[in-house]
Amino acid sequence: MFIIGELINGMYKNIGRAIQEKDKAAIQKCALQQIQAGADALDVNCGPASRHPISDIQWLIEAIQEVTDKPLAIDSSKPVVIESGLKIVKNRAIINSTTADPEKLQVLVPLAKKYNAKLIGLTISSKGIPQNKDQRLELAAMIVATASDAGFPTEDLYLDPIVMPVNVAQAQMCEILEAIREFKIISDPAPKSIVGLSNVSQGTCVRSLVNRTFLTMAAAFGLDAAIFDPMDKELMDAAITSDLILNKQIYCDSYLDAYRKGKL
Amino acid sequence: MELSLEKWSAAVSTVTIGATKEEGGTRLARLEVGGQKTLPYLFSEGQIPHKPQIAYEVWDIAPLDWPKELLKPYQDVIKDPLSWAQKCVTEYKAKSLCVRLMGAHPDFTDKQPQEEAKFIAGLLKNVSVPLIIIGCGDDAKDNLVLPACCEAARGERCLVGSAVQDNYKTLVAAALADGHNIIAESPIDINIAKQLNILISDMGLGLERIVINPTIGALGYGLEYAYSIMERARLAALAGDKMMASPFICFAGQESWRAKEAKASVLEFPGWGDEVQRGILWEAVTAVALVQAGADILVMRHPEAIKKINQYLDNLMRA
Repeated sequence: MFIIGELINGMYKNIGRAIQEKDKAAIQKCALQQIQAGADALDVNCGPASRHPISDIQWLIEAIQEVTDKPLAIDSSKPVVIESGLKIVKNRAIINSTTADPEKLQVLVPLAKKYNAKLIGLTISSKGIPQNKDQRLELAAMIVATASDAGFPTEDLYLDPIVMPVNVAQAQMCEILEAIREFKIISDPAPKSIVGLSNVSQGTCVRSLVNRTFLTMAAAFGLDAAIFDPMDKELMDAAITSDLILNKQIYCDSYLDAYRKGKL
Repeated sequence: MELSLEKWSAAVSTVTIGATKEEGGTRLARLEVGGQKTLPYLFSEGQIPHKPQIAYEVWDIAPLDWPKELLKPYQDVIKDPLSWAQKCVTEYKAKSLCVRLMGAHPDFTDKQPQEEAKFIAGLLKNVSVPLIIIGCGDDAKDNLVLPACCEAARGERCLVGSAVQDNYKTLVAAALADGHNIIAESPIDINIAKQLNILISDMGLGLERIVINPTIGALGYGLEYAYSIMERARLAALAGDKMMASPFICFAGQESWRAKEAKASVLEFPGWGDEVQRGILWEAVTAVALVQAGADILVMRHPEAIKKINQYLDNLMRA
């Protein structure tokens, strides 16, 4: 599974403060910790409190790129912030994210193409959050069609079914899992799937357990990527073990260490 | 119809054997193995930068169990390991040698570490090709002999073996101290092969200095199983599993000449045909299959079999 570490986000106090005080070392430490824990890529988000997101995102990316060349997911709801980040990213970036709204797609798909970036597409639109599998697939098909019409490679598209908190939308869990499986049949080559995991446990009292149980189940439904906290060791172990069960990694007694070591 | 091509994200690691004068050794040339970016010989999918290498197997004593046909080409030198090695290099144009220190085995001549170290030093003076040095197979004795030989060959960047799951620390420490590469041997078991690579690299020996001996069987003796293990390891390596991305060394000669089909006389089995050619063919056919499975180094015995494989490799790489 492709794991994107979520911790460089201005909404977290330590990162918010580091952005404000331009404390590069704090950002770099957070980046390296996530990579050592097994992250394949890092999400970068200045957070809602940033007053200068266009320059803050660049400062964040520059700080991170001084210590690692792992791919970065540039996370913002504002295309102008995303483009600001794309301009200085050294390696192939991931745009996080577009919705299924035509006005968003029309801006972000060309941007992804221009900068040869991968693109996360949320199956959500201004009409609201999808309520079942079919609504998710409809929005997914729209994203895939728009991207494909624009000549964007479908295999670089990551569809997010929008994970809901289990204590709010329990009936949706199966719909979300089924959507992950069916994203694959939308086109050939198939788009990839991704989830922002932590939402599933929002407001529950056993967050880590809910996160890793959902992740393991989603892996069985064919999930390709996830954004989460790689410092949650049990969650990370569950992700690595899922790969093992799905025969994507070769077993050995130290497979957990081997996985983490192999990522460095 | 358009050919469907696989895209791989990773490569097999490249291992360098032998150090030249400029690099602190005394070898005339060095060998590089591995580095593939695709499955064996799918040239249109990715680079295959290095041709597999064949190492002539040489012993420090006259082998007791080699069949008559195999001994024939070495008849004149078999009792003198240095001349034997020399003959492989000068007459057969060997580009590397694999020296098996069988004489150290307590059941054979029980040679002592200093004696073997002296032999290795002499061998390095006598021949200038890169060396592979293999112990006698008795763990306790190898743990004394191999470090002494590693020291005698310091800076020559040999490939020494074999480290196994229950006995790797002494050899890894010696390889680290004296700048050699290591053979990690597992009993046709991909899980142990991976585990052993982790254990070795945890001691600080880089993955670019490890060669996997997956243990193979000759034609008719589990060759297909060995093939499937090698294929699986290679698929994992190309998909990004660094712990599986080591080149392979295969002891094709040793396994082939153990087969009854290779050594039985024509009197015993008249239907099996000429015994002179049979053993050679058994070794050659086994080696060809291993090349196709992804072998990077073949340790072989009969000069005629080696000649056939060299021709085969030349044709293969020309494609």
